[in-house]
Amino acid sequence: MRSSLTSSNRAGWAFALPGITLIFAFIILPFFLAFGFSLTNQRLISPNATRYVGLENYRDLLGLAVVTLDAKRDAGGAIERDAEGRPEFPRVRSVTRNPDYPQYRGMREWFRWTGGDKAHVVIASDVVFMKALFNTCLFVLIVAPLQAGFALGLALLINQRLRGITIFRAIYFMPVVVSIVVVSLLWRFIYDGHDGLLNNMLAALSWGHFRPVDWLGNPDTALGSIIAMSIWQAVGFHMVIWLAGLQTISPTLYEAAAIEGASKWQTFRYVTWPGLRHAAVLVLIVITMQAFALFTQIDVMTKGGPLDSTQSLVFQAVQRGYGLQDIAGGSTISVILFVIVLTISLLQRWLTRER
Amino acid sequence: MKMLNLTAGALIAATGFSSAAFAQTTLTMWYHGAGNKVESALINQIIDDFNASQSDWKVELESFPQNSYNDSVTAAALAGNLPDILDMDGPIMPNWAWSGYLQPLPIDAAQFKDFLPGTKGIYDGKLYSIGLWDAAVALYARKSTMEELGLRTPTLDKPWSKDEFMAAMKAAKESGKFDAAIDLGMSDKGEWYPYAFLPFLQSFGGDLIDRTDYQSADGVLNGDAALAWGDWWQSMFKNGYAPGTSEDPADHENGFIDGKYAFSWNGNWNAVKTMAKVEDVEFLPAPDFGNGSTIGGGSWQFGISAASKHADGAADFIKFATQDKYLAAFSDAIGLIPATKSAAQMTENYKEGGPLAVFFGLSQAQAKKRPVTPGYVVESKVFQKAAADIADGADVADTLDAAVDQIDADIKRNDGYKTH
Repeated sequence: MRSSLTSSNRAGWAFALPGITLIFAFIILPFFLAFGFSLTNQRLISPNATRYVGLENYRDLLGLAVVTLDAKRDAGGAIERDAEGRPEFPRVRSVTRNPDYPQYRGMREWFRWTGGDKAHVVIASDVVFMKALFNTCLFVLIVAPLQAGFALGLALLINQRLRGITIFRAIYFMPVVVSIVVVSLLWRFIYDGHDGLLNNMLAALSWGHFRPVDWLGNPDTALGSIIAMSIWQAVGFHMVIWLAGLQTISPTLYEAAAIEGASKWQTFRYVTWPGLRHAAVLVLIVITMQAFALFTQIDVMTKGGPLDSTQSLVFQAVQRGYGLQDIAGGSTISVILFVIVLTISLLQRWLTRER
Repeated sequence: MKMLNLTAGALIAATGFSSAAFAQTTLTMWYHGAGNKVESALINQIIDDFNASQSDWKVELESFPQNSYNDSVTAAALAGNLPDILDMDGPIMPNWAWSGYLQPLPIDAAQFKDFLPGTKGIYDGKLYSIGLWDAAVALYARKSTMEELGLRTPTLDKPWSKDEFMAAMKAAKESGKFDAAIDLGMSDKGEWYPYAFLPFLQSFGGDLIDRTDYQSADGVLNGDAALAWGDWWQSMFKNGYAPGTSEDPADHENGFIDGKYAFSWNGNWNAVKTMAKVEDVEFLPAPDFGNGSTIGGGSWQFGISAASKHADGAADFIKFATQDKYLAAFSDAIGLIPATKSAAQMTENYKEGGPLAVFFGLSQAQAKKRPVTPGYVVESKVFQKAAADIADGADVADTLDAAVDQIDADIKRNDGYKTH
C-alpha cells in the first residue's frame, strides 16, 4: 500500500521542500559534522591536516578521578592544624604535577570532602566543563518548574473578562518580544554592584540597612541572578501557551462544576488541570530545551565568570570552538549536550504519556 | 524593441571603451573601522588620493565593525575570498601568516627603518605587516591628586617601584575621596587583558610563554616570578584598590574623568578626550616591579593576502599610505601614536613638547610585543581567563598551573605551530 505521502502529492512535497532543505542544511548536516569533528583534532583555522583521534576529546572532557590526601604531619607525627584547628593537607598540585603520577597530569580539583585526617579530592581533566555541566543542570532544574508555574499563574490571572485585560497581557508578553541581548544589557545595569536599580531599591525598602551586593560579581549570587532574570524574560511566552490551553477548555465544564458546587480549588484540580494536559507537556519540553541552550545571558552579562560560577555548556562550546579555535572540543560538547537533551526529552515523553 | 537593443549595444560599447581607456586594475581592501566616521573619512581620503595619483590601480574599500572583523576574515579565508589588502591587529598576524592567509610584504624593509618597533609585524624573519600608528598605555593621574597625596612624579628614567606604586594606591584609598584607587578596565574581557596586564607579569620577570622557542609556558607562566605577580594582582582587588571584573564598562571611559578614581590604567586613544575634560591630567609610565617598566606594543597594521594576484599594486598602496602626512593625519584625528618621529613632529599632540609626546617616548622605550607566535590567539584567551579568575579570588598557583597545562596542550595539538 502506498501511503499518501508518496502518492500524487507533488504539491505537498514542493511546499515542504524549502523547509526540509533548510532544516537539513542547517540542523541535520551540522549535527553529523559535529559528531565527525568530535572524533578528530579539527581546528578552526590551521594549515595542519586534520587527524582522527578516536575518543580523546571525550576523555579530555569527561576524565574524573578521586585522590585521597593524607593530612600533613610534623616531625613528631602529629597532624598539622591551621588556626581553626582543621587539619592541613598538602596541595593537590603535589599529586597532579608529580612525575610519579603521570595519569593525573593536567587534572584539577573540582571539589573535595574531608573526613578526619583524610581529604578526598575529586579531580577532573576539565574542571570548567564539569562546572558548566553542573550549572546548566542546576539552571534547568530551577528554571523549568518555576517558569512553568509562574507562567500558569499569570495565564490564570489574565484569562478573565475584565476591562483593559489586554494591557496586562501585553505587559507580561513584552520581555519576550525584546531582544534577549538588550534585556541582558539592561539587567546588567539593574544588577550593578554599586548603584544598580536593584541595590538602590532594596536600600530604600530597608531604610538604608541593606548593604549593596555585587550581584554579578559574586560567585554566590551570579548564577541566581541570571536564573531570576531568565525566568522573568521568557515567562510571558509560556504564559501564552498556557492561555491557549485554558481557552480550549469548554465553558460548559465550568458551568457544570459550578452547579455541582465545586470549590475554586476543586474546579482547578478536576477541570482546568486535566484540560491543560497537552499544554503542560509542551511547556515543559520547550522550557527544558530552551534552558539547556543557555548562552546569550552568560555571554552578555558574565562571560562565565566570576570563578566559573556561570559557565554553561553552550557558552563553553562556543568559547572553545571560536575563542580557542578548537572546533573538535566545541563539537564534543555539542554532542554531549545533544545526548543529554535527547535523553531527558525521551524521559519526559515517557513520564507524560497517555496511560 | 530595436531601439532598446541599440541603446544596450551602445552602452556595452561605451563601457568597453572606458575600461580600455583607463585600464585600471581593481584592488580590494578590508578595514576594521566601520561605524567610526573619523577613521572612515581618513582611510577614504588616502584611497582617493592613491587612486588619483596613478592610473594602474584602483583600491576599493570595504569596512567591517571591529567586533566581527576577525571572524569575517577567517570566514573569507576558509571560503577563499580574501581581499588583496587587509588590516589586522598586530598580535594575530603570526596566526594568519602561519595559516597561509598572508604573504610577506614585497617591500624593502629599509623603507620602514624609522618606524616604531611596535608597528612592524615581523614573523619568521619576514615583514608581513606594517602599521601607520602604534598605541600605548599609561598611568593616568591628576597633578593635583599627586601633590595632595605627596607622591613623587615618576619618569621614564625613574619609574615608580612596586613599593612606591603600592604606597600610592594606599594613599589614594585612604584619602577617602575615591570609589577606588585605580581603574584597570577589568570589565573589558578581551584583548585588553593581555595587552594591558601582560606587561605587569613581564615586569615581575614572568611571561605568557617561553619566548626562546614558543613551545611551552611551563616555568614561565607558573614560575616564582609569575606566582609573585599573581599574589600582587589578587591583592589589588582584595584590598579594594581596583574595581573587579564586574566593573561598569562605562567607568573605564569616564570614571577617571568623573573623579571616581585617582588613577586609571588606560590607552592613549582616551587621552585626547581626557585632556579636554581634566586640565591637569598627567600620563605616567608603568611601574617597575623589578624587571623593568614595560607596556604592550603593536596595534592595527596593513598586510597583503596570500591569495592576492596583485601584490605589487597592494605594495604600492601600502607604501603610499605610510607617508608621513597620513601618519600625522591619523594621529591628529584619533590620537594614535604616529609610526615615525618625523610624522610625530607634524602632529599637534606628539611633536616635541606636545601634550602626548610622552606616549611616543613610552612606545619607543618600553613597548614589548605580545608573544609573536601563531599560538598567541589561544594563549591570549587563556591569559584572559587566568587574570580574571585570580582577580576574582581563585587560588593563584592552581590557576596558573591550569593555564600552563592548557597552553602546552594546545601547542602539542598543533604540532608546535611549526611553519610549513
